[in-house]
Amino acid sequence: MKKPLVKVDVVGTSNQKSKRKSRRKFIKLSGLGIAGSSFLIYGCSEDDDFDPGREIDRSPDPEPEPEPDPDPDPVEEVFDLGAGNLGILNYAYALEQLEAEFYTRAVAGAYYTGLADDSEEKQIIEDTWYHEVIHREFFKTAISAVAPDDILPDLEFDFEGVNFDDRQSVLDTALLLEDTGVSAYNGAGKLIDVDADMGGTYLLLAGKIVSVEARHASAFADLALGTPTAFARDEVLVSISDVGPAFDKATPPADVLAAAGGFITTEFTADQLPTD
Amino acid sequence: MSFIKLLDKISDKSSLDASASRRDVFKQFKSFGKGAAMASIPFGLAGISKSTKAANAAFTTAMQASPTDVLNFALTLEYLEQEFYQIGLDTDGLITGDARDVFGLISKHEDDHVAFLLAALGDDAVAKPTFDFTGAPGGLSLDTFENIDTFMAVSQGLEDTGVRAYKGQAGALANDNALLEYALQIHSVEARHASKVRRMRGQKGWVTAGDASSQGLPAAFDPIYGGETPESNTVQGGVELAGLFGDFGGPQAVQEAFDEPLTMDEVLAIGGFFIVTNEE
Repeated sequence: MKKPLVKVDVVGTSNQKSKRKSRRKFIKLSGLGIAGSSFLIYGCSEDDDFDPGREIDRSPDPEPEPEPDPDPDPVEEVFDLGAGNLGILNYAYALEQLEAEFYTRAVAGAYYTGLADDSEEKQIIEDTWYHEVIHREFFKTAISAVAPDDILPDLEFDFEGVNFDDRQSVLDTALLLEDTGVSAYNGAGKLIDVDADMGGTYLLLAGKIVSVEARHASAFADLALGTPTAFARDEVLVSISDVGPAFDKATPPADVLAAAGGFITTEFTADQLPTD
Repeated sequence: MSFIKLLDKISDKSSLDASASRRDVFKQFKSFGKGAAMASIPFGLAGISKSTKAANAAFTTAMQASPTDVLNFALTLEYLEQEFYQIGLDTDGLITGDARDVFGLISKHEDDHVAFLLAALGDDAVAKPTFDFTGAPGGLSLDTFENIDTFMAVSQGLEDTGVRAYKGQAGALANDNALLEYALQIHSVEARHASKVRRMRGQKGWVTAGDASSQGLPAAFDPIYGGETPESNTVQGGVELAGLFGDFGGPQAVQEAFDEPLTMDEVLAIGGFFIVTNEE
C-alpha cells in the first residue's frame, strides 16, 4: 500500500544508491525581479553530496560533471517540495507565499496608499491581499497538520523589478501572478492523487481556490489593460480540439516555477513532484 | 438522451452507468468509503464539523456520476449559456457599447465550450433542451431580453452557477486526467466571466455570503449561492477559518477566498428555472 506522505529526501542524506538513477534536477531560484529571467535548471550530480559509502559501487559516469554548487556551506540542506500530494501542497504554498508577499508590499507602496478609500481599485487590491494571505496561512495550517517536519519554510523574495509606487508596475505584476496562479492550479489538478488520504479534499480545495484566482485575474486584467475583453483575452487562453481559445492554460509545475522563480530568492528543489 | 432522462438517471442514485466497467464501479465505491473515512479526520485535527461532512457528502455524491454523465451535465449548462447570450446579442438595442464586446467574447467562449463537449461526447451527447429565459418553468417572469439590468443579473447567476457546477464535478473526473484538466480549464474561464459581469453590475468580482440578495440578485436566485456547502462556508479542510483573519478582512474575506461547489442535483434544480419540461 502506498504511503500517503513520503519523507522528503534532502541533499546529503544517506541511502544514495536507490537514487543514483534519478539524477536530481536541481532547481535554483535566484531573484532578479524579472519573471523567468533568472531560472536555472541543471543536473546536480549526487556525487556532489557527501556520502562515505558511495565509493564502493561507483560506476563510470559518462555525463560531464556539472559545476559544483557555489553554496559556500555544503552541509546546508536545500529544501525539496516533496513527493505526491505533499509535494503539490508545498508547491501551492510556495505560490501563495509569493502572491501574499507581493500584495503585502503593494499595500505599503505609494500607489496603493494614494488611492481614494472608496475606489473600486483600492478595494480590489485590498481584498486580493486578504485572500492571498488567507490562502497562504491556510496552506501553512494544512501542511503543518499532516507533515509538520516537511513543510516548505518561509520563502524570501526579491521584487526589485517592481516599482510599488507605480500603478502600471503593480497592476502588471498582479495580473502576471494571478494568471500564473490560474494556470498553475489548473495544471496541478491532475497531479493530485485522489486515492491517497485526503486526496479528494485536496482536489476540491484546489478547485475552490483556482476560481478565486481567476476572479482576481479578471479584475486585474481590467485595471492593467483597460480593454473590454481583457478579462478573458485570447492571449491567456488556449484552444482545445481546435474549437477556439476558450480555455485557461494548465501549466506544469516546472514551467510555473520557471516563471515565478525570478521573484523567489530562497533556493528549493522540486525533484519529486508528480508529472502526470 | 433528453435532458429529462439525464436528470432522472442522475437523480436515481442506485443506478450505475451501464457503460462503466466493473473496475470503475469498484473504484467509485472504494472512493466513497474513503470519503466517509476522511470526513472524520480532517487534516488530522479539528473536530468533525457539519460543513466538512456536507462538503464530503457533496464530493462523494459526485463520485457516482460517470464521466459521460458529467460531460452531458456540463453540455446542458453550456447549451443554456450559449442560447442565453446568443438571444441577448441578437436582440436589437439590448446590449450596447463596451458591453457588446464583453458579452460577445463570453458568447464565443460558450460556443466553443459547446463545440468541445459535443466533440468529446460524440454520439453520447444529450440533445439541447428547450429554454425559457423568463424563468417561467421555475415560476418566475423575468424581462430578461427587454431589460439589460435583468439580462446582466441572469448572466451573473449563470456564470456563478457554472463555476460552482464544474467545481462540484472535479471529483467525478478525478480518475481521468485529461477530462479533469479540460474541465478545470473551462471552470476558471467561467470564473473570469463571473468576475467581469459581477463588477459590471457594481458587485465585487468575488462571492461573499450564501444568499442572492448579497450579490444584488432577487431572492429567487438564492439556490445559486446556497446549497449543501453554501458560499458562506468558512470551514476549509476541517479548519474553521472565520475567526483567524481579523486583520485581513475577517469572515467576509474568508468566504470570498474560497469558492464552493454545487452538487449536480443542486445545479439541475437551478437549471430547471429555465428549462421547459413538456418534451416527454
